Amino acid sequence: MSVILLFLVGILAIAFGWLWRQGILTKPWLEVGVAGPAAPPDRSPARGARVGLAVFLAVVGSLFALSASAYLMRAGLGDWEAVRMPGIVWVNTGVLALSSIALETARLAARRDDIEGVRAGVRAGALTALLFLAGQWLAWRQLRAEGYFLAGNPATAFFYLLTGLHGLHVAGGLAVLGRVAWRMERGAGIARLRLGVDLCATYWHALLLIWLVLLGLLANWVGDFVAICRQLLT
Amino acid sequence: MVDVTHGGPISGGTASGAAPAFEVGEPDLYHPRSWVTKYVFSQDAKVIAIQYGLTAMAIGLVALVLSWLMRMQLAFPGLLPFIDADHYYQFITMHGMIMVVYLLTALFLGGFGNYLIPLMLGARDMMFPYLNMLSYWIYLAAVLLLVAGFFVPGGPTGAGWTLYPPQAILANTPGQSWGIVVMLASLMLFIIGFTMGGLNYVVTVLQGRTRGLTLMRMPLTIWGIFTATVMALLAFPALFVGAVMMLFDRLLGTSFFMPAIVVTGEQAPYGGGSPILFQHLFWFFGHPEVYIVALPAFGIVSDLISTHARKNIFGYRMMVWAIVGIGALSFVVWAHHMYVSGMNPGFGFFFATTTLIIAIPTALKVYNWVLTLWRGDIHFTVPMLFALGFIVTFINGGLTGLFLGNVVVDVPLSDTMFVVAHFHMVMGVAPILVIFGAIYHWYPKITGRMLDTTLGKIHFWMTFLGAYLIFFPMHYLGLLGVPRRYFEMGETAFVPASAATLNVFITITALVVGATQMLFLFNLAWSLRHGREAGGNPWRATTLEWQTPETPPAHGNWGAERPVVYRWAYDYSVPGAPQDFLPQNDPGPDLASSGETVAEGVR
Repeated sequence: MSVILLFLVGILAIAFGWLWRQGILTKPWLEVGVAGPAAPPDRSPARGARVGLAVFLAVVGSLFALSASAYLMRAGLGDWEAVRMPGIVWVNTGVLALSSIALETARLAARRDDIEGVRAGVRAGALTALLFLAGQWLAWRQLRAEGYFLAGNPATAFFYLLTGLHGLHVAGGLAVLGRVAWRMERGAGIARLRLGVDLCATYWHALLLIWLVLLGLLANWVGDFVAICRQLLT
Repeated sequence: MVDVTHGGPISGGTASGAAPAFEVGEPDLYHPRSWVTKYVFSQDAKVIAIQYGLTAMAIGLVALVLSWLMRMQLAFPGLLPFIDADHYYQFITMHGMIMVVYLLTALFLGGFGNYLIPLMLGARDMMFPYLNMLSYWIYLAAVLLLVAGFFVPGGPTGAGWTLYPPQAILANTPGQSWGIVVMLASLMLFIIGFTMGGLNYVVTVLQGRTRGLTLMRMPLTIWGIFTATVMALLAFPALFVGAVMMLFDRLLGTSFFMPAIVVTGEQAPYGGGSPILFQHLFWFFGHPEVYIVALPAFGIVSDLISTHARKNIFGYRMMVWAIVGIGALSFVVWAHHMYVSGMNPGFGFFFATTTLIIAIPTALKVYNWVLTLWRGDIHFTVPMLFALGFIVTFINGGLTGLFLGNVVVDVPLSDTMFVVAHFHMVMGVAPILVIFGAIYHWYPKITGRMLDTTLGKIHFWMTFLGAYLIFFPMHYLGLLGVPRRYFEMGETAFVPASAATLNVFITITALVVGATQMLFLFNLAWSLRHGREAGGNPWRATTLEWQTPETPPAHGNWGAERPVVYRWAYDYSVPGAPQDFLPQNDPGPDLASSGETVAEGVR
């Protein structure tokens, strides 16, 4: 459970830092009058959506941190045989990174009011994300062809489970990006696209980060790293 | 001034208070256009709250009946011939799961959270109303799926509410074929629905507060619900992961949790999995769940006590810190549920220590409640009675928690009725008392009418005393060694015959206390039409929900302008004030003329 505890320590640090800035030491019984910032805080729907996405990413982070914890605990038991990673996974990783970069260019283009740049970025981002999903499916097929079935070794089962969970999150993101793209193709102006593109780009970066961590787990780099740290400590 | 109600029926004059409200860039309010979008597929948090509340109470009644059936079997084995061992385990499982997840969590967060968060924060609605509506309908689907478990072949799962593998998915456990699958799917749906609602509660607290309502001016009810929601958002994924993995084990033949095992003489197709892994995941959710239920109760009780004792809450800052501290600590105590599962003694020591540490902020809250009452102008209204009942019950249940938190005490007591008595006191009876108190307190705002006081007092005393008559003897049974989860005891050398007499007593009391709840339901229905008119603020309370221009609050809550907050939520009996309370949006006698000033020495 160390992964989830580390994750929670991070969340707690952010939460306490934020509470501190919100004045958790103030004595409200001494205050009378309109307290708080003189200028109205940003309560636009855009701000609300960004905060909402941040909270949602914390939930997603918790889900994957727990899965990683379960993975490491199960990997410590005797019958674990590491999966030979299908080669296409490395290609997929590159494709997902490209997808993330494409959406980042779309976000930057939206800031510059460059509608052509947004179009190109969103289309490339959606296409590469679809490619990533197709590639992951190919990886599953390749594993099956090599005789690594879901009900076989737990390492294989975890490979299917973790890639599946991650793929579902990418698919969910694609549904939202699809809505943005739909609006874009129907000629929506940049003002109506900016928020959607911005949120999708953030979500894509988070999913890329999560994927890299999962990849580290599945390729057993994390395990090796922990083993090295243990040796150094003992 | 921007009129954000879009010329709705409640738009009226412009600013009348001392300071202007800001409504810059607020999200557009959703407006229902038909009966269906107003009362069925509604996006108004108040309607969603009532939908959540009614659904939770309906499924809670099912769980109540299940507990009656279990008690009948324990006191009069064989009297009801349809209760065999399988049914008994199915009743235990469904009773526990419904009460903890589908009733308490849904009612506190989905019910009170939805109703109170926007109103207490001076907001017009939640930040994402559409998502909020989806959250309820997914919750309803989860409840219906759970109920469907009673009708599938083999009935619901009988694995116990903790659903421990391997027995949960092995043949010979009742509900192994369909029940467990339905249960896991229902839980996953619940978690998805809750996440949608939870995002709303958190973001609304962060972004939806009205002008002047700083974090440290929020009522403790909001602090409790907010912290509990954050915890639930982080803890429920553990149950989700566990449920997915167990579904894989059950349906696809993986061995995440399933060890090599021989079933009725044959080797099962599993091998190498770890049941303990499931227990870690389950209790990583399961222990925070206790506080997900308790923290909103803590918050609500603080507000009830302060309002009905006409006194400001003692140690507001400490109360906030304690809520946040308990929330954080509750993530590092989970393994105290696993002392008997086999554990490194070092870990046992660690988790016993963290468990005892969490008693400090909890005790601090209890002291502060008592000190709020001390020399207060205590009104023994029905909500106050329930709040006082909660404090006593929570102390009782909490103290036995200190016993069980220690490994050496827990090991002999773990599988006895003592544990049943402990958790029913601390997270069954105590939060339910708060729910009742809160309903008596806020019903006038929700419906515009008071609940009947006489019926309320009968309901309180029967429930409160009855709960003690049920659960106090159960501690004694546990100390005698009467095991929990047993379908029937039979003859034993160590349990005296008098234990059976006590069981009969407990069962009869439980039947009576359960029936008393019908009185409450009758009161809810009867007062809707015949209750005394409540007016806008019958309890003379300070918080914003009592200051709405209309009761029940209209769509959009606040008329033309959102309120501006000038003070914290607990200005009761302020010296020199014309009344014994100053609402949060009241500029006050000395500030009405000078407008927006903040007193010296604020920070």
